[in-house]
Amino acid sequence: MNVQDRPLSPHLQIYRPMLTMMMSIAHRITGGALYFGTLLLIWWLVAAAVGPEAFATAQWFMGSWIGMLILLGFTWALLHHLLGGIRHLIWDTGHGFEKETLEWFARLTLGGSLVLTVLIWIVGFTVG
Amino acid sequence: MTLRTPLSRVRGLGSAGSGTGHFISIRVTSLALIPLTVFFLVAVISQIGAGHGEAVAFIGSPVVAIAFVLLILATAHHMRLGMQEIIVDYVHGEGLRMIALLANAVFAWLIAAAGVFAVLKIVFTVAAGS
Repeated sequence: MNVQDRPLSPHLQIYRPMLTMMMSIAHRITGGALYFGTLLLIWWLVAAAVGPEAFATAQWFMGSWIGMLILLGFTWALLHHLLGGIRHLIWDTGHGFEKETLEWFARLTLGGSLVLTVLIWIVGFTVG
Repeated sequence: MTLRTPLSRVRGLGSAGSGTGHFISIRVTSLALIPLTVFFLVAVISQIGAGHGEAVAFIGSPVVAIAFVLLILATAHHMRLGMQEIIVDYVHGEGLRMIALLANAVFAWLIAAAGVFAVLKIVFTVAAGS
């Protein structure tokens, strides 16, 4: 069977980018990023279990510029995927498929994830 | 109680072999991860700048330890299912896809095992010390 000769359905580059479509793509990308982001959580927990020196190393890295940059991205990805996930759960009930609603969901997911990320980091800097 | 449809239970299969179970598991774990993510964010913020002793006492307290274990297990399951979707969408060679799916399973199980081990070790250390 020669798979190469089969006609292909229109692919990504055919379509004009739309917000709802970008949100769908972002949901998958943030999910993929969070997959590897779990290593940070595990590093933190294992370091705490190993002892003070290992824990200090983990704390040092996460407090460094590169560490904070990764954690900032991790925060946004987590919130975006969380809000996007809630949107999916609403869709699973059979609601929210109207064109205007879809557009609002997309805006709320993007705007909400950005606002919440900033808020959480403000709280973080205030507490820490 | 089972969340599977009667037909899928009779056959033990979805249309592609096991798709229905995958679909439902993604939803159930995502539902569980909503409160667990809120816990995670609060927990991390509360531990910013904490020393080792402080963090260990925090993670080792019963409610926090249980929440962390639930977070780790639900996350490991959810992320394995999610990455599986990505792999079957984009990895086309049969052999390569099989390797990617196996690597995905190994990674998820390692995350789960390492995370739960770390939390339990902290719990027992705290318990032995008090």
